Amino acid sequence: MNRFTGFLAAAALTLLTATQSSLGARIPDPPRLRSGQAGSRSDATITHVLNRLTFGARPGDLDRVQAMGLAAWIDQQLHPSRIDDQTADARLPQLADPPDAATPQERRRFARRQVETLASAKLVRAMYSERQLQEVLVDFWFNHFNVYAAKGRTAIYLPAYERDVIRPHVFDRFRELLEADAKSPAMLFYLDNWMSTAVDRDRGSGIRDPQVQGSKIQRRGRAGRIPDPGSRIPVTRANAKKRPRGLNENYGRELLELHTLGVDGGYTQADVTEVARAFTGWTIDRDGRFRFVAALHDNGEKTVLGHRIKASGQDEGEQVLDILASHPSTAHHIAFELAQRLVADEPPPALVERAAARFRDTGGDLREVVKTIVTSPEFLAPEARGAKFKTPFELVVSAVRTTGAEVDDARAFVQTLQQLGQPLYMCQPPTGYKDTADAWVSAGGLVTRMNFATRLASGNMPGVTLPASAPPARELALKIGSPEFQRF
Amino acid sequence: MNRRLFLKSGSMAMLSLGFAPSFLGRAAAAAGARRKLLVAIFQRGAVDGLNMIVPHGDADYYRLRPTIAIPRPGRDPMGSAIDLDGFFGLHPAMAPLEPLWDNRSLAIVHACGSPDNTRSHFDAQDYMESATPGVKATRDGWLNRYLQVTEGGDPLRGVALSRTMPRALGGPAAALAIGSVDEFGVRGAAAAFEEQYEGSADRLLSAAGNDAFAAMRTLQQVAGRPYRPAAGVEYPNGPFGRALAEIARLAKADVGLEVAFTELGNWDHHVNEGAVTGQIANRLDEFSRGLAALAADLGDRLADTIIVTMSEFGRAVAENGNGGTDHGHGNAMMVIGGNVRGGVHGAWPGLGDEHRFDGRDLAITTDFRDVFTDILTAHMGVPRAAVSRIFPGYHPMTAPGLIRG
Repeated sequence: MNRFTGFLAAAALTLLTATQSSLGARIPDPPRLRSGQAGSRSDATITHVLNRLTFGARPGDLDRVQAMGLAAWIDQQLHPSRIDDQTADARLPQLADPPDAATPQERRRFARRQVETLASAKLVRAMYSERQLQEVLVDFWFNHFNVYAAKGRTAIYLPAYERDVIRPHVFDRFRELLEADAKSPAMLFYLDNWMSTAVDRDRGSGIRDPQVQGSKIQRRGRAGRIPDPGSRIPVTRANAKKRPRGLNENYGRELLELHTLGVDGGYTQADVTEVARAFTGWTIDRDGRFRFVAALHDNGEKTVLGHRIKASGQDEGEQVLDILASHPSTAHHIAFELAQRLVADEPPPALVERAAARFRDTGGDLREVVKTIVTSPEFLAPEARGAKFKTPFELVVSAVRTTGAEVDDARAFVQTLQQLGQPLYMCQPPTGYKDTADAWVSAGGLVTRMNFATRLASGNMPGVTLPASAPPARELALKIGSPEFQRF
Repeated sequence: MNRRLFLKSGSMAMLSLGFAPSFLGRAAAAAGARRKLLVAIFQRGAVDGLNMIVPHGDADYYRLRPTIAIPRPGRDPMGSAIDLDGFFGLHPAMAPLEPLWDNRSLAIVHACGSPDNTRSHFDAQDYMESATPGVKATRDGWLNRYLQVTEGGDPLRGVALSRTMPRALGGPAAALAIGSVDEFGVRGAAAAFEEQYEGSADRLLSAAGNDAFAAMRTLQQVAGRPYRPAAGVEYPNGPFGRALAEIARLAKADVGLEVAFTELGNWDHHVNEGAVTGQIANRLDEFSRGLAALAADLGDRLADTIIVTMSEFGRAVAENGNGGTDHGHGNAMMVIGGNVRGGVHGAWPGLGDEHRFDGRDLAITTDFRDVFTDILTAHMGVPRAAVSRIFPGYHPMTAPGLIRG
């Protein structure tokens, strides 16, 4: 029995019943939510739903959802392709093309600009996109499959990563998202899999003898060399030596621990090594695209989580993804993380179990898992309201949305997020940023939030125009910097 | 876990940690005129301890690392390990620490770490910061529990120079996480903000807000004046050097600092780790120059200070296929201070096939909590009887004897 049970709002009950009877179809409007008599409770419910499924309510949002009906609005958010988003798209800052032939210094400068532009675009989308739930989930899944922009060429692969790997799949089957991620240059680069190759049998388990190294590489011929992503520099004997061959466990481990099963999902060190072997040869070609290079692949048999995988080239990796995506630990891990983002830091176990069951029953249909959570009585219970603490990103975006401010240049917010400890695309460890209050509540953080509130409210953020109807600066600052506004 | 969340969810057992007999605090206060200071530094990402504190006397080290080993001490000081005791040596980029070794202010504990065998960065950091390996439910960090069992509610007793509260310092006792002293001030309607947080029913945020405003009042005397380190001291550029300078600044301002925390990341060298030069050399250079600058800047206060370094786990003994190292087990910790027993401590398990943990990693002969216990009892004056409250469920295995009595 969890603490959410027994606090069922009548509106929630109605909505739940309606949802269960119409899976796959549009959710009929629960009559109570439309009724004027529902009054403040339904307002509170809608405000809560707006808080969690968007980056904060704008002036007028409450009325718009009231008019449309909450269930219809949720259903629309679950199908973002039905929402026109040209207005927000038109606001996005334009990305520059990577320099063709660049010195390392020019590359670094480009990467810095690239990350700043991308971060601005992410902020603008979160502030103005009508496809709010999609963007909430893009943020969630990017963080789940985190990559770090400052590592090598990652920044160059980053625009395509968010645009083509994460965003199109947030309502897709998990298996599709996972595969897109496994084949993305950004992830292949960030977790080093692009360099992971078969171990030389005559060198033993990853232990190489420097005396034979040169001759080995020489004998291997063109097909056996790891392509240098994005580089036209031909592989010579000298630079081939710089890239020694052998197994790298980095991706294999994080695939199991972070991307799928979870750290307690029931795998061993041996599984990590076997998974890494299955993915040898998954690399990046010279045009910066995924490529399987058979000559780099370990052709031995593998055993992953008790499953025997026969030598079959690229298909071995695909089989590993099948095993992982359909594993019950993955269903639980993903359900828990989504419920933690959408409901509470310690989500009700019964809800997590139902969402995990939905994951298993639908073959990992992420739209259905999200729907199960956001139409659950636990999500709509009064206890869930204000239970979450905003991350810095959620705070600054919700501050803009609540004021209805016009942001022509979001770079000042990029700075603010650095000060608050959440620089966008710059989270170095593969774990991504934490999503719980204990990670973000601190005296220093609150002070920076209060100062941000004052700066925004007094019209001192460059690139930001407050509407004429905005409250006086002091009043607005105290609202945005208040304890209540830090929660959602 | 912050303190109000902690209290809200607190079981009897957890709550009992929050109430300390007041004699502990009085004993600590009476012990010396000047406060003892502990500076904890986390190398996040798992530093390769074998290339940091090099076992150059172990032939297996060279056998298993054909391209990334640090050469045995030799004539070229930049191209080989700096010999310590005929068996271990410092990475050449750690030359700034040599004077501390020479005057016996540097102790090293090798083959040290957590009994839990996780190779997950996240879990291993969590276990080291909560100091309860294998137990994820622990709500507070070990430095916070130190603050709980000793006396005083001033948030400036425990300060992390980091933009978010690190797990090690988080918990029911008041503590601060700040980016820098000068950034830490509310501009605008400070009094009205303070009133909001003071009066808030949100206990978690109210507590953090109250700590912030209390600390701000004390720091008013410190902030605003530019900080000048001691003559000749130069901190490395970058956030790590700045954080260490802020720690020295707070220590010298006598604002009541007892435990300070900061961190340096980017040690996860799966690819092209490098050897005497390269990625690890660059990190160790910044790291060592920072530690040396802090020790020099503290001057005679180093006699009352212990600086301890830690990292979540070590890296595999054999290099991997990409000139890097994958996740391993045992690692090395450093303890610096005017009162330490200099030298390399801890039994060396050897790197031979039969001695490696899981056949691949440096085994552990010293539990990291033994190092913490030594520092808390012999340096910070925590009575032995209170140690079990800081490290619940743990009985120290060895007494490394890192501190001179």
